[in-house]
Amino acid sequence: MTRIIVQEADFDAGVEIARLNAAGVGGIGSFIGTVRDSGGLAALYLEHYPGMTERAVEKIVRQAQARWPLLACTVIHRVGRLLPGENIVFVGAASAHREAALSATAFLIDWLKTSAPFWKREEFSSGAAEWVAAKQADEAAARGWE
Amino acid sequence: MRVLYFAWLREKIGKSEENLSPPAEVLTVGALFDWLSARGPGYAAAFAEQKLVRCAVDQEFAGPETAIAGAEEIAFFPPVTGG
Repeated sequence: MTRIIVQEADFDAGVEIARLNAAGVGGIGSFIGTVRDSGGLAALYLEHYPGMTERAVEKIVRQAQARWPLLACTVIHRVGRLLPGENIVFVGAASAHREAALSATAFLIDWLKTSAPFWKREEFSSGAAEWVAAKQADEAAARGWE
Repeated sequence: MRVLYFAWLREKIGKSEENLSPPAEVLTVGALFDWLSARGPGYAAAFAEQKLVRCAVDQEFAGPETAIAGAEEIAFFPPVTGG
């Protein structure tokens, strides 16, 4: 089962992990990205490209499924204005064994960061706002899977 | 064709999308980039640094050499920062 969701609403990670526990599953990997509370950040605004975002995430999920024997996979990415501490992204992968589940989870979040059209803007309590610049380290992490 | 702008490109240009008919000699993403840069100060600011601008043609990532003939939707945006 594959679930790909882009939404403003929050998600319940516990419920999502439970959904991944299908017949034959022996291991579930999960990653939750949250808004880091640092340096006077008031909110994080997430913009995306509706349509292309879903296509890009589907492509990344298909690549993970081709590489590891996954029994279920979930990607939920929030958009809109998020407050410090709130959830941003959930990635989960289920397989018969832990190696595939953990590796696929890391693969999915690494590629999600560099290949899906989302953009973050930081809004500070001073009133200033700044678009987040892409990180070389994220690009390197994704390329490491090639 | 429909041309879309996201994140700070949208802010600098002052709109999120527009319908454009570039001249016949604009054949590639790179040529479209140059043609758009000359449309006004907002465009010039948005397209000032080519290495900070990414493109998608019909919702697939596309490099400067990609042909735009027949494309319905072309988007310009900064390097992505999701996850």
